[in-house]
Formats: sequence, C-alpha cells, structure tokens
Amino acid sequence: MGTETALKQTPLFEVYKKYGAKVIDFGGWALPVQFSSILEEHEAVRTEAGLFDVSHMGEVLVEGKDAESYINYLVTNDVTKLSINQAQYTAMCYPDGGTVDDLLVYKLGNEKYLLVINAANIEKDYEWMKQHVKGEMALQNISEDIAQLAIQGPKAESILQKLTEIDLSEIGSFKFAQHVNISGITDILVSRTGYTGENGYELYLAADKAVVLWEKLLEAGTTNGLQPCGLGARDTLRLEARLALYGQELSNDISPLEAGIGFVVKTNKESDFIGKSALTEQKEAGLKRKLVGIEVTGRGIPRHGYKVISQGGEEIGIVTSGTQSPSLKKSLGLALVSADQAEVGTPIKVEIRNKLIEAVIVNAPFYKR
Amino acid sequence: MTKVTSSLRYSKEHEWVQQLEGNRVRIGISDYAQKALGDIVFVENPAIDDEVTVNESMGTIESVKAVSELYSPVSGTIVTVNEELEGAPETINEHPFEAGWLVEVEMSNPEELDSLLNEDEYQAFTNEGEE
Repeated sequence: MGTETALKQTPLFEVYKKYGAKVIDFGGWALPVQFSSILEEHEAVRTEAGLFDVSHMGEVLVEGKDAESYINYLVTNDVTKLSINQAQYTAMCYPDGGTVDDLLVYKLGNEKYLLVINAANIEKDYEWMKQHVKGEMALQNISEDIAQLAIQGPKAESILQKLTEIDLSEIGSFKFAQHVNISGITDILVSRTGYTGENGYELYLAADKAVVLWEKLLEAGTTNGLQPCGLGARDTLRLEARLALYGQELSNDISPLEAGIGFVVKTNKESDFIGKSALTEQKEAGLKRKLVGIEVTGRGIPRHGYKVISQGGEEIGIVTSGTQSPSLKKSLGLALVSADQAEVGTPIKVEIRNKLIEAVIVNAPFYKR
Repeated sequence: MTKVTSSLRYSKEHEWVQQLEGNRVRIGISDYAQKALGDIVFVENPAIDDEVTVNESMGTIESVKAVSELYSPVSGTIVTVNEELEGAPETINEHPFEAGWLVEVEMSNPEELDSLLNEDEYQAFTNEGEE
C-alpha cells in the first residue's frame, strides 16, 4: 500500500507478515492490530500467554547528578521513593493539572533513569522535558534505538524462565533486572510490568536484536500456548483491567485525579512539581468529574466519544473507552462523568447512533486476576 | 485469496446479494469483509417493514475494534431479518455466505441488480484494494 511507506515502523515490522499480522495505521505507526483474532489473542493472554511488540513506545534517558530532582519536578509521583531496579507508574502534568502523558520511570542507577512514554507523545513529551531541564543532567531520546517486547499471561514467567539463568521469581512487581541474557541475547532489561492485567514482563533491548528475541520467545512458548498478539487485544485487555490509555482516559484536558489514577499524584511530596497547586486545589475542592466503569445493559457497545446521559435527560459525561468485553462477555466501558452521578448502581443512558441505550455505572476494574 | 461463492452479486461496500424467488433477495457481507472486520461482536439490522435505499445505511456491524456501516445494495422493504445473529454475531465470521446472512429485501427497483458486480469483478475489485 502506498500510504504505508510513510508510516513509522518498529524493528519487528519485517516479521509481522510471517505471523499473519493485519497491519494498520496506529497514530502514524504501522502496527499489528491482530495476528489470528483479537478474541483468540485476548483469551491466550488471560489463560496462557501472549507476546506483544510494543517497540513504538518511547524511551528517554536522564542522567546526571540532578536527574532525580529534575524528574521529581516533572512528574506527579515521588521518584525519591524508588530504589535502583525499581519502576514507578506516574504522570506528567501541565500547570493546570491536565496531563502531558502517563509514563513509567525506571531507576537504573543513582544518577540514571529511563522514562518510558507513549508513542504518540514522544515528540511532545521530549520538547516538554527539554523546556524544563535544570541543573547537572543530560536528556537523551533513545526511542529509535530501543525495542520493547511484552510477554504477558499466567505462563509468561515459565516460558521466559526457559531462556534465562536469572531467577525471574526474584523480580517483584514493578521491579526489574538489567543486563539480562536471554537465549544468548545480552543486555536486556527485564521488568515485571505490563498493560494487560496479567502477570508478565516487559523486555527492553537494542532494536537490532528484537527480531531474534521475538522468534526465540515464540519458539520457546509454542508448547505453552504462547501467541503473538496485536494492539487490538492489548486494548481490550487493558480496558478490562481499567488501565488508562492516553488520548482516551487521559488528555491535556483530563487530570490524573479525574482519570482515577490519583495514586500517582503525590500532592504531599515535599518538593514542588508541575501541576502541584492545581492538583492540590482539585483534590481539596472535590473532583467535578470522575472516571467510572459502565455496563450497557441495552443493545449496543459503548465507544470512545459517545455521550453519557442521565435518567433525567441531561448530558453528564462521555465514554472514554468501550468494547464488547472478551473475558466478561458484556458490553463495557469507561466514562468520565459528573461526580454527582458517579455512584455505582446509578442508571444512565449512552447515546449510540442517536438512540439512548440503557446502561448502569458499575465497579471497575472489570477484571482482576 | 478469500472465498467467493458464485451466483451471487456484490456491492462495492462488500455486501453480497442472492436472488430468491420474484423480487426477493437475501443480503449478507462477503468473506473478504468479515476477514477485514475481524471478530464481529454486534449487528444492528434494520427492522421488518423498514424501507432501505440503495447505497444508504441500513444498519451497523461492530467488530471488537470498530464500528462499520452496513449499506444496502438494493432499494426495497425488509421482509425478514436474521434474528439468530443477535445472540451469535460471530456466525458472520464463521459462515458469511450461509448462516451469517443479514436480511431479506423485497426489491422496489430490481434493475439495481444490474449495477452490482459479478463474482469475477468483485474478486478483481478486492484484489485491487490489497495491493
């Protein structure tokens, strides 16, 4: 296809076809939406294991004496709480509390951190980071040099363990090991993190070694039901686990507090950070909007951007994400609604193609392992 | 290569049309279309007695990932709807030409069939899109 040449590709692009990928345009990237079927891949991750290429994600290296204080000013969570080889989920905000991006901070060493950011935000984030550079430190956008594979699911650990001598059970949740050798490929960062609601690992390595690692993992995992998975399944998996997606649950107009990730906003941390006063105010005044789970009980599927209407006919919010949940077999979504209508059990309606369809506010996450 | 069943006619919106007795036709989506959509999880068909117009929306079909319009390949009145799909939309993926049919229409302008593609033309049309 003529248009595809203009799309960005990950180092795995060359092998997608071999595994039957259906490649589509994901915000400027040619990425696999599925290999076999979204439902099949989703099920594989919930019951066995799935392998994802998430090399489109961005990586920024921050090094120097002032790296820690710099990052701590940039993000809402408290980086000073991190030990070496520990990762932290966090948000980067504008002064008004709107979200620049959500990201992971990896503490590689006392003066060395890796920030993992969303693909669609790489340029915006890097510009933002550069604007706030302070003190003795260096920033480096290494997104193009780094590939990332995610192996997720109940069998992820046993599959990966076949290929490495380090004891994976010693890596706790949100912990990682550096310079790991997997099947002869060296210098891999192995992190017990993920975006599926399952146990699993995210593997960071040099881009030119990604194809070999992908093939070694699939080979080792075939007898355990490991399947290559696309971004379609990644989206349904993360939605069931109520993990936020930037551009949907989070945006420059939605604060992390509103998006239900208040646990990453440490307004009581001693040092100042961008957005601190706005977020503190939001917290003290009480949130006007809240992210809730919704279940459509009538006939229809909630989708990003659909209006949420109260029983009284008032527009009270908007659907941020929605799908026919593969694990729960229900029509489920996340919605940002007025806080006074956010109580679980509140009957609502979702406007689907000009019709008002019955729905109800429910607890989320929808799925917990 | 996707499967194309002969003696059907096709619209460029990937619906197939099978002529039944008189001016009655059965409509479904092609194998190419179901593959392109992926796992189908929801179908909203028109209701019996609804009027449909050629090339205009008559319903929607949703895969896990996306919402697509169903365009009527002919004009006329809906006489039967495949109600089995409500509880089992995946039938369209499994048997797009048989059990996965969508609706039957009593055509008001049977000449519209002439502008639909035959099997070879449809095959050529979908191959073009794949290049």
